[in-house]
Amino acid sequence: MTVDMSQFYQTFFEESFEGLDTMESSLLNLDVGAADEETINTIFRAAHSIKGGAGTFGFKAVSDFTHVMETLLDEIRDGKRLVTQETVDLLLQSVDCLRDMLTAVQNEDEIDQATVAAVQGNLEKLLNDASAGTPVEQRDDTGDEAATPEPAGEGWRIHFAPYEDLIKTGNDPVRMFRELAELGELEARLDDSQLPAFGEMDPEVCYLRWDLVLKTDAPLSVVEEVFEWVDGVCELRIEPLSSTGAEAATQEADAGSPAAPVPEAPVTNASAPAMPQRQAEPVVAENPTEAKAVTPKKKPASGGEHGSIRVSIDKVDALINLVGELVITQSMLGQIGDELDMDLDKLEKLRDGLGQLERNTRELQESVMRIRMLPISFAFQRFPRMVRDTAKKLNKEIELKLSGEQTELDKTVMEKIGDPLVHLVRNSIDHGVEAPEVREQAGKPRVGTVHLNAYHQGGNIVIEISDDGAGLNRDKILQKAREKGLVGEDEVPSDERIYDMIFDPGFSTADTISDVSGRGVGMDVVKRNIRELGGSIEVSTEAGKGSTFTIRLPLTLAILDGQLIRVGGDTFIVPLVSIIESLQADPAQINGLAGQAELYKLREDYIPIVRLYEVFGLKPKATRLEDGLLVVVEGDGQKVGLFVDDLLGQQQVVIKSLETNFRKVDGVSGATILGDGTVALILDISSLIQVSKRIGRKHRLPDEPTPEAGPDGDAATEQAA
Amino acid sequence: MAKILAVDDSASMRQMVTFTLKGAGYEVVEASDGLEALQKAKTGKVDLVLTDVNMPNMDGITLIKELRALPNYKFTPILTLTTESGAGKKGEGRAAGATGWLVKPFSPEKLLATIKKVLG
Repeated sequence: MTVDMSQFYQTFFEESFEGLDTMESSLLNLDVGAADEETINTIFRAAHSIKGGAGTFGFKAVSDFTHVMETLLDEIRDGKRLVTQETVDLLLQSVDCLRDMLTAVQNEDEIDQATVAAVQGNLEKLLNDASAGTPVEQRDDTGDEAATPEPAGEGWRIHFAPYEDLIKTGNDPVRMFRELAELGELEARLDDSQLPAFGEMDPEVCYLRWDLVLKTDAPLSVVEEVFEWVDGVCELRIEPLSSTGAEAATQEADAGSPAAPVPEAPVTNASAPAMPQRQAEPVVAENPTEAKAVTPKKKPASGGEHGSIRVSIDKVDALINLVGELVITQSMLGQIGDELDMDLDKLEKLRDGLGQLERNTRELQESVMRIRMLPISFAFQRFPRMVRDTAKKLNKEIELKLSGEQTELDKTVMEKIGDPLVHLVRNSIDHGVEAPEVREQAGKPRVGTVHLNAYHQGGNIVIEISDDGAGLNRDKILQKAREKGLVGEDEVPSDERIYDMIFDPGFSTADTISDVSGRGVGMDVVKRNIRELGGSIEVSTEAGKGSTFTIRLPLTLAILDGQLIRVGGDTFIVPLVSIIESLQADPAQINGLAGQAELYKLREDYIPIVRLYEVFGLKPKATRLEDGLLVVVEGDGQKVGLFVDDLLGQQQVVIKSLETNFRKVDGVSGATILGDGTVALILDISSLIQVSKRIGRKHRLPDEPTPEAGPDGDAATEQAA
Repeated sequence: MAKILAVDDSASMRQMVTFTLKGAGYEVVEASDGLEALQKAKTGKVDLVLTDVNMPNMDGITLIKELRALPNYKFTPILTLTTESGAGKKGEGRAAGATGWLVKPFSPEKLLATIKKVLG
């Protein structure tokens, strides 16, 4: 049968990348000079698995490279080599190299041979460096001593005397005879002279011996292979068949009786090339040198090794989708139940049933959502390495503290929060924590601390990145803001507003632009990315003590806390997270500049008004601002007032993709189905602001060319529902 | 058909072994480490055990020793899967009571040939 190996590649890549992550974090945990046995073993095991898999699935470059790594790790594990900083650095470099190789293989790209050769060369150099440890020979992996081709003879005479415990290894002489019989004609003579009296017989011991004559043209190596597994638990002599030998065998065997299951074959007198007698060497149980450099230490196994299964995201999403439908059905039934006119007794029962359905549905929804949840340790695990490298580059001394690693969040949210987190941590190292000398002068410990913490709060996950550095420099930020014209000369914003400015586009106060951070792009992107996930970020800081960035994210992207609003006959949903306040418009505060967007004076700010009915081309109940309500929302750092007819309730809604079910519509991020069965669109505030700007221009400035207003630009006005 | 217990901490290897063996008509029970394997072996007798050596929680060598201590598995064929082809690992495996070994990397064909050799 042929097996298509490519079907296992995906799993191989997944587990290999996981293995590399494990290797990396374990390497970072290694104490130079006193390596912990279990950690070394974990690293070794990961390399070993990748090598085995790569070999099996035919990724030779990967298995060759891993082999060299493994040899080095093996020496460390056996205590033949001390763990030096150099070794750890090189192994970390190898992990990176291997990761690139695997990525290339996965994408069917070319492997960067030069880098691989360089790293592999360094590994080999370290291995052959006699001063660091005993030089190792490359182990031959294909195993078995290379079979030297031997001239085929007439056959072989085999003396086979199992030691007492051969059968305790699960080996069965009959199996071996069966195999031999496949090679040619086999004659077996049994020697039962060692058989004790029946009463003294131990049924678990083999007392029998055999002398076999195999007439075959198979070479010695093939015959030896049959006995490969019993090498060391038996006495074995294999000689080429020759006339004298054959006679001797026959004579010797005369005393014995023939073994039943094997066919008898006449021994022919024929000359065979003289062969050296081969005796199976007993295997000397190797006494591995106890690892002196390795100190046993029990540590809780990191990484989830509790019984888990790998399920494709598609399946989980299908489940989530189904549960979403169930939630909708449930709320539909609930609504009917509320309105139903029935006799009291039945109604009571129906209500009970519906109540139970609601509980069950909610629990089911929560547990299905949980399938997609992973501990945030998956996102945190890259930081030890990154902090170490970044601090080294900047000549800073930094200790990274991680806590709340088991806090779970949605896999997709986790994937998207990775980069912003990296940026924030880099920022803390670069701008937050001071150089060791500066810290000492300020009476602080040389080693700065960066702390990553995660916990659940309400329906959110909160991630804090804090450092004990210098804190944000209020005056510097203010000065910069004035330079950039973000703040007027005599204007003095609140501290809170000043600190918040670091999230404004194009804002950077780094004195020199380093290659770590401070290119002036970043914090605004960080904020935008977090907002796109329906989250928020804020910073608190204390001069001389440090700063804390606090990120709040929804646990999942599948449901959303929404505010239901009404425009004409339609219901829309505004994500609760983007709402700042709702108010009744005061006509005195409305500024309708001719030909410009309407502005509303909200305390110190002027905010543009977005008339939703205009954006979506609906017939509203109210067109005069004072007849409806203004919902002040923020998107992309900009505040606008959404003009709506009415506010309805708030509720958690199941997000349905509009793109999959219909097509992408500007200003709308998705849709949901309400309890009464109607579809409600979920507003995408950032995109809505863009759309309203276009419409504003088109409606009010008809002379100005409107390049965006092509058929696609009008998408939002075409009303999807 | 014979029932085989396939033990490996690598999911891709397990997949490959299971797919190959099932394709040849064997019944396969999978385990991702020694501990899980021991539990499964105790739950239902298997006819052959195929185990990786270096695994977390319980390694292959310990698994073999534990299995051999069970009356049910005194003579059951146990093969180790190992890239460590040196006499050390093989010797260690056999000292613990392994029947034989299969050297990684191996092809599905080699796997089937070896299994067939043992089970007949």
